[in-house]
Amino acid sequence: MNVVVCIKQVPDTAQVRIDPVTKNLVREGVQAVINPYDFYAIEEGLRLVEKHGGKVTVISMGPPQAEAALREAISLGCDEAVLLSDRAFAGSDTLATSYTLAAAIKKIKDFDVIICGKQAIDGDTAQVGPGIAAHLDIPQITYVRKIEGSEGNALVAQRTLEEGYEVVKAPLPCLITVVKEINKPRIPSLKGKMKAKKAEIIKWGAAHLDAESGRMGIAGSPTEVWKIYSPPPRAKGQIFEGNIEEAVDAVVEGLKDHLN
Amino acid sequence: MGISVDKNKCTGCGLCALTCPFYAISMVNGKAEIDLEKCTLCNACVEACRKFQAIQIIRETTKTPDIEKYKGVWVFGEQRNGNVQPVVYELLGKARELADKLQVDVSCVLLGSNVKDKAQEIIRRGADVVFVTDNPKLEHFLDESYARILTNLIRKHRPEILLVPATVTGRSVISRVAVQLRVGLTADCTELDIDLKERLFLQTRPAFGGNIMATILSKYHRPQLATVRHKVFPERAADPSRTGKIIEMDFDKSFFISRTRVLNVVEEMASTVNISEANVIVAGGRALGSAENFRILRELADVLGGTIGATRAVVDSGWVPYAHQVGQTGKTVCPNIYFACGISGQIQHLVGMQSSKIIVAVNKDPSAPIFQVANYGIVGDLFEVVPLLTKKFREVLKRA
Repeated sequence: MNVVVCIKQVPDTAQVRIDPVTKNLVREGVQAVINPYDFYAIEEGLRLVEKHGGKVTVISMGPPQAEAALREAISLGCDEAVLLSDRAFAGSDTLATSYTLAAAIKKIKDFDVIICGKQAIDGDTAQVGPGIAAHLDIPQITYVRKIEGSEGNALVAQRTLEEGYEVVKAPLPCLITVVKEINKPRIPSLKGKMKAKKAEIIKWGAAHLDAESGRMGIAGSPTEVWKIYSPPPRAKGQIFEGNIEEAVDAVVEGLKDHLN
Repeated sequence: MGISVDKNKCTGCGLCALTCPFYAISMVNGKAEIDLEKCTLCNACVEACRKFQAIQIIRETTKTPDIEKYKGVWVFGEQRNGNVQPVVYELLGKARELADKLQVDVSCVLLGSNVKDKAQEIIRRGADVVFVTDNPKLEHFLDESYARILTNLIRKHRPEILLVPATVTGRSVISRVAVQLRVGLTADCTELDIDLKERLFLQTRPAFGGNIMATILSKYHRPQLATVRHKVFPERAADPSRTGKIIEMDFDKSFFISRTRVLNVVEEMASTVNISEANVIVAGGRALGSAENFRILRELADVLGGTIGATRAVVDSGWVPYAHQVGQTGKTVCPNIYFACGISGQIQHLVGMQSSKIIVAVNKDPSAPIFQVANYGIVGDLFEVVPLLTKKFREVLKRA
């Protein structure tokens, strides 16, 4: 079973904010990390291959620095890594991103399962996974919390719902997106780290892909950011210290009209 | 196509370089220079240079043919087990407002099995037209057939806007529809408005975990697609006097083909309460000390008709199921009242709850960051404060 795992390098969102004085994005000290959900995708890919044989190819689209994320994925046990990096990809929204990743996966050709994290924490869209499936015209199971069976030519998985879960069967090849509950990701071994240092990262640009240039990057992106700003600050709250009884009374009094 | 700096307009102030999240701008001889290898055309520098307008991004993009013929605001009428989801009524309220500005109709697409009789209620909630496809093959949600039907309806009727609930169903299906139509899609919008002059849909959403708001446009493509979470907009009340058209749509059986199959649906209300829909959430952090101690939070939640929430640390310790986790790797919630008990307020938790309407924080440490976002804060031991809150709320509610 050959697995493709899509990962994204994201800024550690906890650190991104707008400077209250200059109104600009503050980027000092913002580190790039692998999107947290993608660790679960990598882990599930490794487990499928450990069970059935085959290989895990990890793929990422991003600036040249995203190579670091791919090396980290190799240190965890992924077999091959592909970096999609090109000026022509800049400015991609989710439509162009899923188109470009789908074109690269077509080039990898030999895949049974594609795994993505349920969403990336910088954009939180959850659109790229299903987008890739739509571009490749393959079935999808989103929000997977457990793979129940991967025998034969199909995958049976538990898809998380708001009030429970459903068991869905999809023929291969298919795409799944995974939630945190699915597994507990491993940490890299020393051997893995050594391998990652030496590993060759395959690098593809637009010219390597069988893709229309008008559907990638800014040209292939219908959406544009019109403006960015800080969220309005919350009104200053009332903080009570000291007598707890009085504090509780005041809070209950303040809230009683909001209890529908 | 691409980005350029007008050297005559550039004053060398360096704001753009400070702003660029990708370290792509440096100042060379007092003028901004953009490293095209690093630039992702994210627009942050254009924003920073709004005053001087020295940086420009030039787009050449395709356009939806006959773009001016796209009219009307649509809502995806998500249902589960034949019940229209409350978030649909929230979206209908917003859709009505947008449609009134644009002077067009609101339509709702209702797909499912045994759902026909729900169409009238959708009209009472603000729709002028309901497209219904009622077919036993749509009993379970299936990405492929739902996407195929929705895409077909959009192509035929050409709405300019479609609002979709940001649920597991809505997000899955609409991502496929957007690709099939090759149009833009904005996730998790918290503000929606119309620019009447350009007849554009202004879609505002939090980015970078809520630390930044971004307004997104899709100038040249129709429809403009947006998803919206639960509880962002108020539910529109039913107006029994409203009338509208119910249009039943039948499709060839090829539309119902799906490669995926739902084998089984398991409801597990006990462990996966849908906290996104809760009006009151009483959440606890590691300070609770054990799974048993969550009882005191549950008691408060029960009195207020709410549910419990938890931090990642609590869920990782196995005290509370993952379905209750609030924050970056859990759920984003926006209840009327959020009680944060023994939660310090790390940013990973704040991003999941800071848009709650009222936040009440209980913490021993007066310098805990949670107090920064709290409307009411009580500095004290949660084991004293929470039971007291439960007792007093019980008294107040009994009186009412």
